Amino acid sequence: MEGLRKVAIAGLLAALSGGVLAQQPVKVGFVMFLSGPAASPFGVPAKNSADFIVDELNAGKGPAPYGKVGFGGSKIEMVAIDEAGPTTSVVTEYRNLVQRSNVDLVIGYISSGSCLAIAPVAEELKKLTNFFDCGTPRIFEDASYKYVFRTSPTATMDSVGAALFVKEAKSGVKSIAGLNQNYAWGQDSWGDFEASMKVLVPGVEVKTSQMPKLFAGQYNAEISSLLGAGADVIHSSFWDGDLEALILQASPRGLMDKSMTILTTGETAMHKLAAQIPDGTVLGARGPFGPYAPDNAYNRWFAKGFEARFQAPPNYASYQMAQAILGVKAAWEKAMAANGGKRPTNEEVGAALENMTFEGPGGQVRIAIGKGHQAIMETAYGMTKRVGGKLTMVSVKRYPAEMVNPPEGVKSGDWIKSGFKK
Amino acid sequence: MSQIGPVLVDGVIYSAWLFIAAVGLTLVYGVMKILNVTHGSFYALGAYAGASLTGAWLAKGYPPMLSYAVLLGGALLAALVVAPAIERGLLRFMYAKDEVVILLVTYALFLILEDAIKLIWGVNPYFVAEPYALLGSFVVGGLKYPTYNLILVGLALALAAGLAWVLRGTRAGKLLSAVIHDPEMSRALGVNVDRFYLVTFTFGCFLAALGGSFTSPTVSVVPGLGVDVIVLSFAVVVIGGLGSLPGAALGAVIVGLVRSVSVHYLPQVELFVIYSVMALVLAIRPRGLFGLAEPRRI
Repeated sequence: MEGLRKVAIAGLLAALSGGVLAQQPVKVGFVMFLSGPAASPFGVPAKNSADFIVDELNAGKGPAPYGKVGFGGSKIEMVAIDEAGPTTSVVTEYRNLVQRSNVDLVIGYISSGSCLAIAPVAEELKKLTNFFDCGTPRIFEDASYKYVFRTSPTATMDSVGAALFVKEAKSGVKSIAGLNQNYAWGQDSWGDFEASMKVLVPGVEVKTSQMPKLFAGQYNAEISSLLGAGADVIHSSFWDGDLEALILQASPRGLMDKSMTILTTGETAMHKLAAQIPDGTVLGARGPFGPYAPDNAYNRWFAKGFEARFQAPPNYASYQMAQAILGVKAAWEKAMAANGGKRPTNEEVGAALENMTFEGPGGQVRIAIGKGHQAIMETAYGMTKRVGGKLTMVSVKRYPAEMVNPPEGVKSGDWIKSGFKK
Repeated sequence: MSQIGPVLVDGVIYSAWLFIAAVGLTLVYGVMKILNVTHGSFYALGAYAGASLTGAWLAKGYPPMLSYAVLLGGALLAALVVAPAIERGLLRFMYAKDEVVILLVTYALFLILEDAIKLIWGVNPYFVAEPYALLGSFVVGGLKYPTYNLILVGLALALAAGLAWVLRGTRAGKLLSAVIHDPEMSRALGVNVDRFYLVTFTFGCFLAALGGSFTSPTVSVVPGLGVDVIVLSFAVVVIGGLGSLPGAALGAVIVGLVRSVSVHYLPQVELFVIYSVMALVLAIRPRGLFGLAEPRRI
């Protein structure tokens, strides 16, 4: 009898503690550049996005199916840290987040270098980690992970989409040139664009490929070289201050008027440098974000709320952060539903996130490649046109996810070289 | 294949920018034997001050042509407010210490100033594009260049000529040479050495701020702007010989032209060509092209 009573008390305590645990806040580590050159175009808009989404979700104000408070009824507690610094310190800070701050999961990382370094550590620490922005396709092409996800598409999509747009918008294109930063992002972006163009337009001539160092700042010689080359199309994946300096220096020299110029991350500068970007410049937003975002309930809620709070429209980094949080929320609640309403473990949330499809402010996100850990989306490109003093996007072309992303199990480079075989 | 005209023009423009950015570093080293890492901070301070003051000037609807004077005022303000405070408040207590200690002190100040800039101006970029396009453009080899670039070239030439005249043709310049060669003897003969140090440090920092301020119309002014400049400036003054004004000028011309040639004809090597030149010069002349055996020279 005594034993039965002990079992009953233990069961009651377990049930109570389970209930208490379910209501404990979910501690989420957010990592993005809060200082340095990448803070302004990416880190701060992403942090603002996280602040907005977390506050809205904690208040239960998300549109259906995101209306439940926080993650499955538990409020989200933000722990935001700076991504700036050498890779070793980024890894150390990640370990601190997991082992000292005891976060339940991590959403973050803008730099591809950070993502490549963090992925194996996340796996070692068995901590669910969702990369929200970094672009390198190598993460899931060169390795397999259980705890690592990315709810944004890879840089391959940007380059393939750019090449498809160029082929359509510039009929009879015969030559291309590039201006990209001399590190992984710039080299991969140019490599994929060049390879895609060679597949789409056999015989296309590469006039010049300029690769100045990151944050070089002065591009007079590069602009002269590009002007002199006179290529039909110029591709640049410049971002941040480099992108802005390029626009400031190239615009008065007529570079973007002479050659069709495609800036794959140009959306981050379109509001700040609207007066300097000439009509006909092709801007990318690394997916269906910003001016290319669909008119759905999630985008109306996100874009209007964000702009009202921060007096600036969200850029693509803001969108990527928003969909990273919403994706984890959807998986968290799916895992809870599967385990009878208990607080899910990292493994359960990961299992729910694998191969999941969800909707966000940028439209449908399908975690369809990278063994169910890497998202694909449609993408879009368009040309600038000043209307009433405001920069708008015209001639917008949209490309379905399958058209601009490799199929499951195929590396991006091989897929492009194969002629985009499905 | 690019024409030679644009290659030379690009090289000259880059050389002028490099000289303006680097000359203050060699001046301060030549006089005070301080390798001033805060040089990069003053470049950034000048850029922020120039961009924000000129932005405000233009927003008020004042004459755009006077924005160049506002850029100059921004550099003066940044240097006059911060540099004397650093020299009088900290550096003067360090002169007796080893050069490496002073180097570390200026490095610490550089880190502090980087954060101070973020506290004052935040992390969002500042733009002031108008002065760059205001003067129209000129054409060389069929390529259009904003005339603003000629201001940079003119500024660099005026600085080089002005500094040479002050140092060699004026009483103050001769007294400065005495301070450079023997500060103790100069002090014994009644020269106010402390004042020379204060003025030299402030002027050297002003030159860095001037470089930043006049660069601000062509770039996005963001945190971290001064980091790369200190590295490039160091390469230029090391090629020319630390503390040598003609060396800084020649170093800037060599780096500017070599970079321009590589961008136009062999872009694959652009990333390391500047530092290859530096390594080559140091292998042949370890004190730089104009570096002599004397410990101090300007």
